[in-house]
Amino acid sequence: MNGVFVSVGSMMPFDRLTRAMDEWAAQNPHIPVEIQIGRGDYEPRHARWVRKLPLSDYQARVEACALFVAHCGMGSIISAIEAGKPILMLPRLAAQGEHNTDHQLATAKHVGTRPGLHVAADADDLKARASALLADAAHDAAGAPAPISRFADPAFTARIRAFIES
Amino acid sequence: MGKRVLAIASGGGHFIQLMRLQPAWAGHQVSVATVDPSTRTLAGDVPFYTFRDVSRADWWRIPAAALDIARILLAVRPQVIITTGALPGLIAAALARPFGTKSLWVDSIANSEVLSGSGAQAGLVCSQVVTQWPHLADGKVEHWGSVL
Repeated sequence: MNGVFVSVGSMMPFDRLTRAMDEWAAQNPHIPVEIQIGRGDYEPRHARWVRKLPLSDYQARVEACALFVAHCGMGSIISAIEAGKPILMLPRLAAQGEHNTDHQLATAKHVGTRPGLHVAADADDLKARASALLADAAHDAAGAPAPISRFADPAFTARIRAFIES
Repeated sequence: MGKRVLAIASGGGHFIQLMRLQPAWAGHQVSVATVDPSTRTLAGDVPFYTFRDVSRADWWRIPAAALDIARILLAVRPQVIITTGALPGLIAAALARPFGTKSLWVDSIANSEVLSGSGAQAGLVCSQVVTQWPHLADGKVEHWGSVL
């Protein structure tokens, strides 16, 4: 699959993201779109969808896609950076019952500014940016993150090791 | 033989962050506990346990999760617990504390403006709490680095 892979996260439903990318799939029938919808109620009518993939399949999808679209969760962000894939995110909003707090807005503000990470303001912005990023990707100009090591900064893990051994 | 270490986290980003810390316990007798059996592949060749998940939003699941976690603690008998959250990691640290198990709470990098709910309570239970954001460090809550 070299199209678009979408993941809403596993903890809580996020139908606003699923619906937006299903609508985008309807507008772009030539592009394969697969959505991992988690616990959402809305079942896509245009995109392929799955409730939840085993982690290895999920990682394979992120590595194979041209664009990864997700909620603004750290699992999605780290997976995208590790794979060196551009990620387009829609933060979950507490006011819409999409999460307990607005910490995904904070993540968007503090982490979403890294190269290769893109944050949409709302569903319409998400659809517009998905088209633009995919066009960039086709010309190899997409802002993709530089792939990083599988592990955290050695200085950090060394500090935790010292805690374990103390 | 090194220390008996239990590395424990809920699913999703909590577990992905935990796995980025693996070099911290390399060479020790580590066991890994989380909620999704399919994530075993990421944990490598170490004893792997799963438990029933719980969060603040579905607090009534605490007894089932605590029972699973207690069983894991009995099997592993950890000297050290390392957790990246969320609530199940706090339960593990609380249950093991009377037995002299020390514990480290690594607050999720997702909490960039305030410590998580469980992270705020972790100060009462865990031996050490660290935040991944320098601006959230204060006194007892230290900043040692981040997973990214």
